[in-house]
Amino acid sequence: MIRRVLYIAHNTFREAVRDRVLYNLVIFALLMIGAAILFGQISVGIERIVIINLGLSAMSIFGALIAMFIGIGLVSKEIEKRTLYTLLAHPVRRWEFIAGKFAGLAGTLAVNACLMGMGVYAALWYVAHRLTSGDVSLLGAMYCIVLQLVIITAVALLFSSFASPVMAAVYTFALFVIGSFDQDLHAFAGLAHGATRWLAMAAAYAVPNFASLNFISSAAHGIGAGPKLLALNSAYAAVYCVTALAGATAVFERRNLK
Amino acid sequence: MSAAIEIAGLSKQYSVGFWRKRPRIALQPLHMEVQRGEVFGYLGHNGAGKTTTLKLLMGLIFPTAGSARVLNLDIGDPAMKERIGFLPEQPYFYDYLTAPELLTYFAQLSGINAGNRERRVRTALIRVGLRGIDRLQLRKFSKGMLQRVGLAQAILHDPEVVILDEPMSGLDPIGRREVRDLIQSLKDDGKTILFSTHILSDAESLCDRVAVLQKGRLRVVGRVSELTASVQGRMEVTWRDAPAEALGGLAVENRAGGDCIRSVVLEAELDAALQALRRARGRLISVTPIRRSLEQYFLEQGDTETNLGRDNEPRLQFQTSETPPFDTERIAELAK
Ligand SMILES: Nc1ncnc2c1ncn2[C@@H]1O[C@H](COP(=O)(O)OP(=O)(O)OP(=O)(O)O)[C@@H](O)[C@H]1O
Ligand SMILES: [Mg+2]
Repeated sequence: MIRRVLYIAHNTFREAVRDRVLYNLVIFALLMIGAAILFGQISVGIERIVIINLGLSAMSIFGALIAMFIGIGLVSKEIEKRTLYTLLAHPVRRWEFIAGKFAGLAGTLAVNACLMGMGVYAALWYVAHRLTSGDVSLLGAMYCIVLQLVIITAVALLFSSFASPVMAAVYTFALFVIGSFDQDLHAFAGLAHGATRWLAMAAAYAVPNFASLNFISSAAHGIGAGPKLLALNSAYAAVYCVTALAGATAVFERRNLK
Repeated sequence: MSAAIEIAGLSKQYSVGFWRKRPRIALQPLHMEVQRGEVFGYLGHNGAGKTTTLKLLMGLIFPTAGSARVLNLDIGDPAMKERIGFLPEQPYFYDYLTAPELLTYFAQLSGINAGNRERRVRTALIRVGLRGIDRLQLRKFSKGMLQRVGLAQAILHDPEVVILDEPMSGLDPIGRREVRDLIQSLKDDGKTILFSTHILSDAESLCDRVAVLQKGRLRVVGRVSELTASVQGRMEVTWRDAPAEALGGLAVENRAGGDCIRSVVLEAELDAALQALRRARGRLISVTPIRRSLEQYFLEQGDTETNLGRDNEPRLQFQTSETPPFDTERIAELAK
């Protein structure tokens, strides 16, 4: 059972690699090299902040794009191309397929982020010629970026299990944008009254809270997220993913393949 | 022992239309059994509901009503799929993989243990006649090659029941014969084979029994010979170096083309026709049986409901099978 999920995950990873998804790393590397050379020459003191902000933002944006574009295609593309027919003709349960696809893409994103993380550290080392203990706090911020990407993947999978690829992309993107302003939605709920208040509250909790997973600027100023916060965020991401995947499975289990 | 495949009232209805949903019946309640060790042909025109039935059996779509059991397991049971192989219609695979990679992946999913995988993959590829393609990604495969990969994955895990949706489509004449041989060898191994086709002659040369489906309704189940017994067989004889009148009244139809003359004679009068040809010192070139298409069969049954005159597709009156089942030696002997 778990083995089949892993086989599917492995194949999904292999697909991403062969479809040259990891080529985004080339652009990322060029960006880091350019920034390091540029800011290493002209400025004193802020080059560290610039590199971290730039590097982590790029990590987050590239990752989100990959998660959305591949995530929404994961299920619909297999149905569209009918590659799923032969897969499901083997002893694979439908939930195993969903779980495997998710794990495969989450793994791809994690590997991608790891490599990018190394790039950020290399750039930091290049401009400062040393790494400080404060740089360790970057790891926490990077980990939270991966959590965000994993949530986006789960959401994209959920939408792609019932909507057409284009609509799934629109929904996922919308949720991503709203999620980034989730703090404001909470604040709005606090101010509103009556039914609006409850609606806003419900929306604020239903939408993934990307804002509170974002530690980029605090990391740039050398403030790390504490272990307790990291643990809480991990739990949040886990609950969110499991719920989204359970939804995706529930829809997909009943679906007729065209 | 129970039948290999038992279908009890399986039916499928789609709803089509954007605003006002209208039902579209793909399969009327179907009752059918396929016995163990049998080669069973599932015949029907385009859109008759063959693929629908096979997809229902594989759990790819869900029935509107009814149920089915394969090897005494309910079709929803994943354990069933370990003992069943399936070739979908016009199969398509992960095109970034090579054929051995794809088969290895399916072998993993079927629970074939690591020690046996390599050997199973090799054997399956050889059995479907794919060689020298180990490094080629599936996106570079031709239609017929993909069909063969599809066959390979269907027999990879040595299943007891093999379900094939139009296994011969997209294959060249040699490929078609190889598939026929493959199905025959599966039967010799004691497997049960259910395959769909709309070509009667494919079914005739292989099947123990066939079922004929028409517009979602099961028309007949029986032996092919029973089906075609009522229909007079005809033969096409092609020869040269003798006048067109050589066959006299035996020829139902004469046609000259190039140096050759082609005549259609009744199967029962073939020997007489060949003798007449010998007397006239004609040189025999070929003898080919002419078979009725399914439609012809229905028309000859005189069933008004099966009359397909309403749609304006071109109708084949006769269908010539590709390979004459006559051995050339007998022809040569007769022609002397
Ligand atoms: N997703 C669908 N929605 C609506 N109708 C469908 C759908 N799939 C199939 N049908 C209808 O079901 C009927 C049977 O289709 P099916 O694919 O089973 O035919 P078939 O016998 O396999 O034909 P062919 O020889 O062309 O493969 C057709 O009339 C078709 O229009
Ligand atoms: Mg079909």
